[in-house]
Amino acid sequence: MEFKSKDFSDAKRVLKLRKLSVGLTGRPDADPVLNEIDLDIRAGETHCLVGESGSGKSVTSLAVMGLLPKDALEIQGGLIELEGAEITNAKPAQMRELRARRIAMIFQEPMTALNPVLRVGEQIEEVLNMHTDMSRAEAKKRTIDMMEQVHLPDVERIYSAFPHQLSGGQRQRIMIAMALILDPDLLIADEPTTALDVTTQLQILKLISEMQERHGTAVLFITHDMGVVAEIADTVSVMQKGRIVERASIRDLLTHPKEEYTRTLLAAVPNLAPRPARAAAGAGDVIKVEGLEMTYGGTGFFRKSAGVKAAQDVNFSIAPGRTLGIVGESGSGKSTVARCVMRLIDPTGGAVTVAGKEIAQLSRRQLQPHRKHFQIVFQDPYRSLNPRWTVARSLCEGPINFGTSKADAMAHAAELLELVNLPRDALDRYPHQFSGGQRQRLAIARAVAMKPDLLVADEAVSALDVSVQAQVLDLLDDVQDRFGIAMLFITHDLRVAAQICDEVLVMQKGLVVEHGPAGEVLANPSHDYTRNLIEAAPGRHWDFANFRALDTTRAPQGAIS
Amino acid sequence: MFVYILKRVLATIPVMVIVAIFVFLLLRLTPGDPAAILAGDAATPAQLERIRDSLGLNDPLLTQFMTWMGQLARGDLGTSLLSNTSVAGMVGARLGPTINIALMTIVISVLLAVPMGVIAAWRHRTWVDFLVMSFSVLGFSVPVFVIGYILIQIFAIDLRWVPVQGYKAPSEGFGAFFSRAILPSLTLATIYIALIARMTRASMLEVLGEDYIRTARAKGVRENVVLFRHALRNAAVPILTIIGTGFALLISGVVVTESVFNIPGIGRLTVDAILARDYPVIQAMILLTAGIYVMVNLLVDISYSFFDPRIRY
Repeated sequence: MEFKSKDFSDAKRVLKLRKLSVGLTGRPDADPVLNEIDLDIRAGETHCLVGESGSGKSVTSLAVMGLLPKDALEIQGGLIELEGAEITNAKPAQMRELRARRIAMIFQEPMTALNPVLRVGEQIEEVLNMHTDMSRAEAKKRTIDMMEQVHLPDVERIYSAFPHQLSGGQRQRIMIAMALILDPDLLIADEPTTALDVTTQLQILKLISEMQERHGTAVLFITHDMGVVAEIADTVSVMQKGRIVERASIRDLLTHPKEEYTRTLLAAVPNLAPRPARAAAGAGDVIKVEGLEMTYGGTGFFRKSAGVKAAQDVNFSIAPGRTLGIVGESGSGKSTVARCVMRLIDPTGGAVTVAGKEIAQLSRRQLQPHRKHFQIVFQDPYRSLNPRWTVARSLCEGPINFGTSKADAMAHAAELLELVNLPRDALDRYPHQFSGGQRQRLAIARAVAMKPDLLVADEAVSALDVSVQAQVLDLLDDVQDRFGIAMLFITHDLRVAAQICDEVLVMQKGLVVEHGPAGEVLANPSHDYTRNLIEAAPGRHWDFANFRALDTTRAPQGAIS
Repeated sequence: MFVYILKRVLATIPVMVIVAIFVFLLLRLTPGDPAAILAGDAATPAQLERIRDSLGLNDPLLTQFMTWMGQLARGDLGTSLLSNTSVAGMVGARLGPTINIALMTIVISVLLAVPMGVIAAWRHRTWVDFLVMSFSVLGFSVPVFVIGYILIQIFAIDLRWVPVQGYKAPSEGFGAFFSRAILPSLTLATIYIALIARMTRASMLEVLGEDYIRTARAKGVRENVVLFRHALRNAAVPILTIIGTGFALLISGVVVTESVFNIPGIGRLTVDAILARDYPVIQAMILLTAGIYVMVNLLVDISYSFFDPRIRY
C-alpha cells in the first residue's frame, strides 16, 4: 500500500502547540484533560490525531479554535501559536476574527452541524458577511463559486435548499465550502467522515485533499479510524488520556509502532479478510425469511401513492450457531429487514419463520408468546437501556414477563453478568455508571437473558472504539458458541462483517444484490455495488494488526494470516 | 400547505359542534326546570309558561337543538334575560376592549420576555440568569389584583402619569387608549412575562447545546447573531405554543383585571352574567372562548412552519 511521504520540513509552520494543558475550569489540581501536548503542523501537511474516545482529540481542536466550553474547560498552561503569533489568551473578539479567516473547522455530524432553519446558501454566505465587506451580489457569486468547487450538483437549487433536503454527503460538502471559502491557513476536521457511508466517505476525503492541494491548507484531521489515517495522513499523533504518546510519519507508525498503546490500538483494527465459515451447531434453520417485503406509506387518506419500497423480495435462512451479516449503505433497507424480523414493524409481505413458527402475519397478541425466541441488540447503548432502571431490573424484566420467578431471574442475571465479564455488583448499578462498551455488554446480557434462538444485532458495535469493538465481537462469538444462537448481524462496516459473519447478504436500495459465504462475497464480489463498497473501504490493503500490507490476492480460505 | 390549512380549518368544525352541544345541554340538563331557574324565585306560573314557550322548552329535545343550532348558524345567540337585548350585540360591544388589552399584553410580554429568556440562557448560571428566574418566580406567585393595585398606587396616584381606571378605544386617539391600557396590560403581562421568559430560557438552553451553534461560533459569527439568528428560530416552536395558549387564556381570563381597572370588557360581562344567571350570555361566552382557543391553536400550528422549514404539511 502507498503512503504519503512528502517532506514538510521546509514548509511554513502553521500551528504550533507547546506544553498545552487544558483542565476543568477553576480546578487546576484535578487531572488535566490535556496534559502538556506538543504539536506542529506545516502548510500543506495533513496531521492525523488518533486515539479512543475520551483521549482528548476533540478538546485539542476546540482549544485551538478558542471554543472550549467556558464553564467546564479552560487552558491551564502552555502555548498555542498560529503562524508565529501567539493566540493562547486571545480575546473573544480577536478569536472571532481568526475563525473562518485563518482557522476553520468541520465537524462529525453533518446532520446536526448545519442550522436546520436556515438555507444552506445563506449559511455559507454568512461567513462572507461576517468577515468581509462584499456586496450581497458579490457574496452570492462567491458562494455559488465555492459550492461548485466542492462539486455540489445543481448549485442554484441547493443554494436555497434547507439542510434536511440534502444527503449526508452533500451536507458535508456544504460544511467544507463554508470552512474553506475564506481560504484559511488551517483546517481542523473533527471526524468529518465518521457518520458517512464508505463510498461517500471516499468522496469527501478526496475533496478535502483536493482542496488542500489547491490552497496549500494545513489540515488537522481527527479520527479514530485507522483506515482513514492510512489513506490521508502525512504525520500522526497518537493520543491517550490527554497525552500524545507517539508521533511519527504514517509509514513509521504503521510499520514500526514504538509504543505499546499504539500497538494495541493497531492490533484491534479488524481487517477485510473474512473469517473461515463455521459449521452449523444443529440441524434445521432457526430463521427462514421468504419473499419479505416492506413498503412504507402508500395508503394516504387523501391520495394513494406508490409508497417507498424499503425492502423487496428478501430471502435468507440462518442455521443454529451461524451468523448472517446484512451489509449496505444507509437507506439500503438493512435495518428495515432487522425490524421486520423482530416484528418491531409489520412487514407488508412475505413470511418470516422463527423457531418453527410463522410470525410475519401474527397479530401483536398472538406474537407475544413467541417474542422470547428472538432478541435484539441496538446500536446505541446509551439509549437502549432505561436510565432509571438498575441493571438487575433491566435483565430480569423479560424473563419475569415470561413466567420465571423473581429469584430465578436474579440468579440468572448474576450468571449472565459473569458471562459478559462484568462484576456481580453491577446488578445494583444504573446504566450511566458504565462505559459504552460495558453498556453494550449489558445490552447483550439483556438479550441473552431470554434464552433466544435468534439474536439480531443492529449495528451493535458501530458506536464503539475499535479496541472495545473487538472485545464485544469476541463476546458475541462466545455467546453464540455457548448457546448455539443464530445471529443476524446488521452492519455498514465491511471489516466488522468480515470478522464475524459466516454468510453475507449485500443490500442496495431495498434489494438483495449479492448473497453468499462471507469468504466468497468479500474476496470475490460478483456485483458492482459490492465491489464499490469494498474498494471504498479505506486502508483495505493494510493489515494493521500485523504491521504489514495485506495480501489481498490470496484465496479467501487463506483468510487470517 | 394550502391543503393542510384547509384540513385544519375543517377539523375545527367538529370541535365547535361538540362545544355547541355541551352549551345547549348546559341549560337543559341543569337540575330542575330551566324556566324556573331563569325566571327566579318570585315567578308566577304564567311567567314560567311564557318563558318555556319563548325558549321552546315544550318541544322535543332534538327539535330544540335544531332550532338553536339554526339560530347559532345565523349568528343569533339569543336574548339576554337581564337586559333583554341581543346577546351577540352585547358580546360584540365588549369584545373590543378585551381584545385590545390582550393584544397589548401579549406584545409587551413577548418584547420583554423573549430577550430576557435569551439572555438568561446565554448567561446561564450567572447573576443575570438568577435575576430573570427570580423575577419569573415572583411573576407567577403574586396575585394579579395585588400587582394591579401596586401599579395604580405608583403610576396613577403617586406619579399621576396615567388615569386610575377606565377605557378608551384606540379610535378615540391612541394616546388616550394607551394611557389607560398600559397599566392593565402590564398587570396582565407579569405572569406571561414570567411564563414566556421561562419557556424561552429552557428552549434556548437546549438549542445552545446543539452542534450547529458550535458551527456558527466556529465561523466567527458574533454572539448576538448566534443567539437571535441561529438559536432563537430553532427555539421558537415551544415559545410560540406558550404565547398562543397565553393569548387564548388572556381573552377568557381577564375578569380580575377588568374589575380592578373598570374596563367594559367581556371579563366583566361574564362575571355579571354569572351573578345574574343570565344563561344566554353565559352560553355565548363559552362558545366564544372555545372559538378563540380553537382559532389561536390553529394559527399557532400554522405558524410553526414559518419558523421551522422541516415542518411541512
